[in-house]
Amino acid sequence: MTLLPQNPSKVKLGLVIDLDICVGCHACAVNCKEWNTSGKMAPLTDVDPYGAKPDGVWFNRVHTFEAVDEAAGTSRTVHFPRSCLHCDDAPCVTVCPTGASYKRDEDGIVLINTDICIGCKLCSWACPYGAREYDEDEGVMKKCTLCVDKIYNENLPPESRVPACVSTCPSGARSFGDLGDPDSDVSKLVAAREGYALMPEQGTKPVNRYLPPRPKKIGDEVAPRLLDHHDDSADGAGLLARWVDKILTV
Amino acid sequence: MHPAKSVIYFTTASGAGYGLMVWLAVMGAFGFIPADRPFGIVGFGLAFFLIISGLLSSTGHLGRPERAWRALSQWRSSWLSREGVAAILAFGPTGLYALGWVVLGQNTGPVGLIGIAGALMCLITVYFTSMIYASLKAIPAWSNRWTSLGYLLMALMSGAVLILVLQTIMGIGNSMVALKASVVLIALAGLVKLMYWRSLRNSEPESTTESATGLGKFGQVRMIESPHDEDNYLLKEMGFQIARRHTQKLKRFALAFGFIVPLALVAMISALGMPYALILSVSALISGIVGLVTERWLFFAEAKHVVTLYYNR
Repeated sequence: MTLLPQNPSKVKLGLVIDLDICVGCHACAVNCKEWNTSGKMAPLTDVDPYGAKPDGVWFNRVHTFEAVDEAAGTSRTVHFPRSCLHCDDAPCVTVCPTGASYKRDEDGIVLINTDICIGCKLCSWACPYGAREYDEDEGVMKKCTLCVDKIYNENLPPESRVPACVSTCPSGARSFGDLGDPDSDVSKLVAAREGYALMPEQGTKPVNRYLPPRPKKIGDEVAPRLLDHHDDSADGAGLLARWVDKILTV
Repeated sequence: MHPAKSVIYFTTASGAGYGLMVWLAVMGAFGFIPADRPFGIVGFGLAFFLIISGLLSSTGHLGRPERAWRALSQWRSSWLSREGVAAILAFGPTGLYALGWVVLGQNTGPVGLIGIAGALMCLITVYFTSMIYASLKAIPAWSNRWTSLGYLLMALMSGAVLILVLQTIMGIGNSMVALKASVVLIALAGLVKLMYWRSLRNSEPESTTESATGLGKFGQVRMIESPHDEDNYLLKEMGFQIARRHTQKLKRFALAFGFIVPLALVAMISALGMPYALILSVSALISGIVGLVTERWLFFAEAKHVVTLYYNR
């Protein structure tokens, strides 16, 4: 059913991505591919993977942006992971003619039933964020599942029941939780850091939030110069004396 | 957007087919064309051929065409689904009207009423087709009020020129009505297309790379490293740039062949009469086809999807 949930639950599972911490290592994208190529929306087909023009389905793409303020003479480099935002008012769901696209009542995750998808690609046209990719090999659309097959998996230890991108992030830039609950850790994090939604003007009401880079420290707080230090323990002795000193110290 | 040939053919051909069907209904029901059997066979044959081949072609870009029937199920939310349902429902009254004309030799009275109902269904179908595109907010060039008006007028215009050509070739009925309708509709459709382009030129983009990334407060944002070296699905499907490079030339070409030349040729018919009418109307049709296909190619290829903001395209 491609109508949005009529009585949506208060639970809104989603991601919070901290652009201040992300180092742009692409581990989230790679682990996402690794988990999901054998997960619910498997396989994430690659076309011509070792050829001249490799292509393939990925649910997570890490861009790097530069924000330049000419007047202030400052610029920021920001690594920016882009994936499905599991929108409350998901246009990719309502345009679907077959009922393959749906938003789950219980937690708001947006999924595709690839068994009935006809591969018309209209959902990818409707999504402003480029969250949906077409699997040329299977002729159907694929998208981020928020690792629905991982987060509820009771065979995994509780700490592993988070999306693959979250569990793999080496810098802790990604958090997962219920953004519908104002008292959840992720909601508190968003409130504390003024997390924001992408392209709110598109009216899609994304669930995922991005945390902005923290203000740059400019001015008096200069880091100590580490290159200036020198070994003054040898009191200006010659090469041979310092060599003897080193041997005897061992 | 990537201009898929199947979708360009679908929208132009089925549009022309539905337009021709509307004019067959109007001209028949109001007595401008008698229920001539050969004319009915050729007219309905052409209309149904254009409609059906267009609809079939639209399934050509599907990844799983064998599942196309499923697209009829979500009419409550999806314009694509509504379009499919309307297209099938329209075959009822238009088919009955065609039978009334060809088999019973009647196209006025009750048969004419069925024809008018069919014409309405045809217009609704074209409107639903246009809404598939007009409802996509992520493609600002489509989600404006001119899109649907353009689709409807261009369908009616191609139908009017088609029925004018058929009437001229077969010498059936009073072709003055089709002639006047053609002149008015070509002029109107051309005007709407100009307004469409003007509104694209003058509209401020609602979404920017700054709003797409939320980094606007740090300055002007641009991508300095792409997530991938080669084009992915998003860039192949939505990062089409050729048309945007040649927009002005292609617009002039579409405007000239789609509207100005056909308008001049059709207007000359009333002055020159037969046998020039035949050459003029057929030339107007050929020019119109070239122009409208260019226009439709441009409609797709020129449209910029907001996802390209993430890629500096």
